[in-house]
Amino acid sequence: MTSTQAPAPGRAPIRRPGDRIFSGVSLGAGLLILAILAGVAIFLTVQGIPGITASPDEVKSGKSFLPYVWPLVYGTLIAATVAMLIAVPVAIGVALFISHYAPRRLGQTLGYLIDLLAAVPSVVYGLWGIGFLAPHLVPFYAWLDEHLGFLPFFGPASATGRTILTASIVLAVMILPIMTAICREIFLQTPRLHEEAALALGATRWEMARLAIFPYARSGIVSAAMLGLGRALGETLAVAMVLSVGVGTVTANLIGSDNPSTIAANIALGFAEATGKSVNALIASGLVLFVITFLVNFAARSIVDRRKEFSGAN
Amino acid sequence: MTTTLTPPPVDVSRELYGARLPTWGPRAVITAAVAAAAAAYAVGVNLLQAALLAWVICMVLPLWSAAVEGRRKATDRLVTTLVSSAFVLAMFPLFSILWTVISKGTKVLSAEFFTNSMRNVVGEGGGIYHALVGTLLITGAAAVISIPIGIFAAIYLVEYAEGNRLSRWIRFLVDVMTGIPSIVAGLFAYALFVLFFGEGVRMGIGGSVALSVLMIPILVRSTEEMLKLVPNELREASYALGVPKWRTVSKIVLPTSLAGIVTGVTLSIARVIGETAPLLIIVGTTDSVNFNLFDGRMASLPVFAFASQRNPGIPPEFSIDRAWGAALVLLIIVMLLNLIARLVSYFFSPKGER
Amino acid sequence: MNRNSLRIAAPAALLALAFGLSACGAANESDDSGSKGTDTKVSGTLNAGGSSAQEAAVNAWKKAFQTTNPDTTVNYDPVGSGGGREQFLAGGLAIAGSDAYLDDDELAKAKELCKGDVVEVPVYVSPIAVIFNLDGVKDLNLSPKTIADIFAGKITTWDDAAIKADNPDAKLPSEKITPVHRSDDSGTTQNFTDYLSKAAEGAWTAEPGQTWPIKGGEAAEGTSGVVAAVTGGKGTIGYADESQAGDLGQAKVKVGDTFNAATPEAAAKVLDTSKPVAGRSATDIAIDVDRTSTEAGVYPIVLASYQIACQAPAKDAALIKAWLTYVASSDGQAAAAAGAGSAPLTAEFGKKVQAAIETIKVS
Repeated sequence: MTSTQAPAPGRAPIRRPGDRIFSGVSLGAGLLILAILAGVAIFLTVQGIPGITASPDEVKSGKSFLPYVWPLVYGTLIAATVAMLIAVPVAIGVALFISHYAPRRLGQTLGYLIDLLAAVPSVVYGLWGIGFLAPHLVPFYAWLDEHLGFLPFFGPASATGRTILTASIVLAVMILPIMTAICREIFLQTPRLHEEAALALGATRWEMARLAIFPYARSGIVSAAMLGLGRALGETLAVAMVLSVGVGTVTANLIGSDNPSTIAANIALGFAEATGKSVNALIASGLVLFVITFLVNFAARSIVDRRKEFSGAN
Repeated sequence: MTTTLTPPPVDVSRELYGARLPTWGPRAVITAAVAAAAAAYAVGVNLLQAALLAWVICMVLPLWSAAVEGRRKATDRLVTTLVSSAFVLAMFPLFSILWTVISKGTKVLSAEFFTNSMRNVVGEGGGIYHALVGTLLITGAAAVISIPIGIFAAIYLVEYAEGNRLSRWIRFLVDVMTGIPSIVAGLFAYALFVLFFGEGVRMGIGGSVALSVLMIPILVRSTEEMLKLVPNELREASYALGVPKWRTVSKIVLPTSLAGIVTGVTLSIARVIGETAPLLIIVGTTDSVNFNLFDGRMASLPVFAFASQRNPGIPPEFSIDRAWGAALVLLIIVMLLNLIARLVSYFFSPKGER
Repeated sequence: MNRNSLRIAAPAALLALAFGLSACGAANESDDSGSKGTDTKVSGTLNAGGSSAQEAAVNAWKKAFQTTNPDTTVNYDPVGSGGGREQFLAGGLAIAGSDAYLDDDELAKAKELCKGDVVEVPVYVSPIAVIFNLDGVKDLNLSPKTIADIFAGKITTWDDAAIKADNPDAKLPSEKITPVHRSDDSGTTQNFTDYLSKAAEGAWTAEPGQTWPIKGGEAAEGTSGVVAAVTGGKGTIGYADESQAGDLGQAKVKVGDTFNAATPEAAAKVLDTSKPVAGRSATDIAIDVDRTSTEAGVYPIVLASYQIACQAPAKDAALIKAWLTYVASSDGQAAAAAGAGSAPLTAEFGKKVQAAIETIKVS
């Protein structure tokens, strides 16, 4: 790209008005996004600081900020991590199935159905989690407790199934549509020639996927995963409805009835009745979530090789 | 793909004529698996265990292949089995949720449900006209705000930024934006509008702004990915013909990636159309119809569904039925949007090999 | 920002205009314009918000109020009591619905905002039932101390001696007890824990509050969540609004020497025997519910939810007064009882409330 635009030395590039307007508008849109985000960040900071500095007796929790927010951070990370562990492989598998394994017409219809699920309101996922998923998982949790109870994750099992593992499964189902849809579009964009070249060399279908599709789609898969992670971290209502939360719990047990809450769910559960400094404390926890998202993205971006900006046909 | 390819040493005779599983093999294994699961289910094993049984039987296929066809083929079959089972695994909750919404939502659908508001309705009857109007207007306005910003920002990132520091920051911060909890977006919009309109402000457009905060990152990320996938040869060919950059972008790059962009747009709309918390804070709710985005409270389908389910009054059935009906209508709206999006990309995308 | 909002606003306005032109009102709203004229009726839009517990009752009130006053629209945002009070104090709402009365700080702020006194009246009283799900047991008597020990996790099985002592005739299984509490902050939890801390003879040591204060047990979101968890589990016990308890068993609670059921009448009666909060003006009917009442036929676990307005509202005073007058009237209370299952105020208490509302100044 850059090379095609580089002007010959000594000759000024031609700047047409159309170009100037178009690039100006594009830059403006980019800057506007920065402005919006700065607005959100300023809002969170200004409103959050009184909550961070509030003394324990000014807020409802009766704790100073760090001990208050730590179990929530823990719960948020656990729930999102487990959800991602479930959802990422499944989303890639489903996308690959739709784009390269299923008969074309069937694949389209199925993709269409999955897109629909992105629109189901959180409250429906919550109701499904309580009414359907949790009761069905109770025997499974009892089994885990009995046979794998020596692992710290599978302690005493909950009798109702409304555990952090259930919440993670619900989250995984919720983020599946968006991750699948983006992966699918990207897999479909893999140049035909690359695929056919791989097949012509005698590659099996899986080798073709590994050689032609995945390298091409890597940055897109990471994007899809980040979008899913964002939603998993920020989902409020479904988690609030499904999870049986304890007071300041920190536990490795994924299947107990006393679970750590997540930041977003805690905001949803506490916001309606909060006044004064308690509101600030809740917003401050939102700021913490913001910082977590920041750090997680930062880590993900540094891990993933970003050298190939254009994984396309270069 | 310009480097000369040296063909790997392949034993041609084995590759062409080597032992293969019979063509009926996979089908037979799957049939056996389904039959075994069905039989187990009929005997009284629970659904989860029956499904597990079927899956274990399917795993016979790669083993069989390993014995007959060799390692590479076996790996391929293993992956095929895994990919297919990932799909079946995902379909299960998805269909379960769809089925729940459809079966519980259809019984209230009627002409009255679509044409009446909830004004002066307690108990049976009433409808969602007011909420439908509100949702369409608020989400529509959110789309009008977000789509240009999102697409142009993506164009900036891919076509103009050339990997400079600003673009890296934008890209990174957009990712951070995806994690903003929806209720925070609502609070932000409320704080913003209070600056201009004073305390107690409630207007539909505020909800649109809150939804935009949630929508823009999804749009930017998905559009960016799609733009990146446009082969550079196309751009270079266009420049070589002397086409200005902005026309290259608008006439070559955007149409080529249109299908993907449209999917991103629909997804982002689908993502925000079911948001409850931000709308409750900044738009409020009412039981009458309001067409004006810039004045006063508006109802919306998710808030309506949430409130009807949460505080149903007595007897609760009527209100809860209406909540499911509203959820189903949301699904139908998104289905129609999807359909429109498919048509748009079908008619406006350049016809290619795919 | 301004230019941006203009750019944002223009297409949105076009969209709104296009939609507005093509669309028409809802089928059931068309008769509104026809019935104008009688000038004794009030008109305008009343914006209220707050307690979500009141929402079902407010819907019932709205129906009747908007029918008799067709030129009015009443909006109620169920944002929660805290949110309602905050926005009222910031001047954003004409009426706040709240599950708790204004505390002293808030009252001072409210008086400043109103440039005068505040009218604060309990208009929605809901009995909170102790609900349980236990095979083969329909009737259950519980003393306050036993309830506290169950929810604190000290009594863990249904055949515990303390429960047996109150239920000599019941066949209690040795099943485990799973107590279920609200995971969201709520006025219901506030009133329930307040009851436990006052009535349980020292068995409940945690401070009363809107957040469930202690570890252990199962947590569920909202009244519907608790009802669902209690219904779905075995040997479960929880607390929820009596109107939403459905077919679940409801424990009778020991008051004095008798066991009383959670009925609307018994719940309303406890307000009569309760004392008003000290130091409040005559228009501020804030009440500390008497949890330890021993009078016959009262039920002490109730949620009393208030509506709060200025005594001299800056605008729409007539509308506010008409609304509150209707809400507190026997008609209004009956409508809420039918639509939301609340307990109608007793005639005696209703008079006090009406007297307070009567002081609202319409200029």
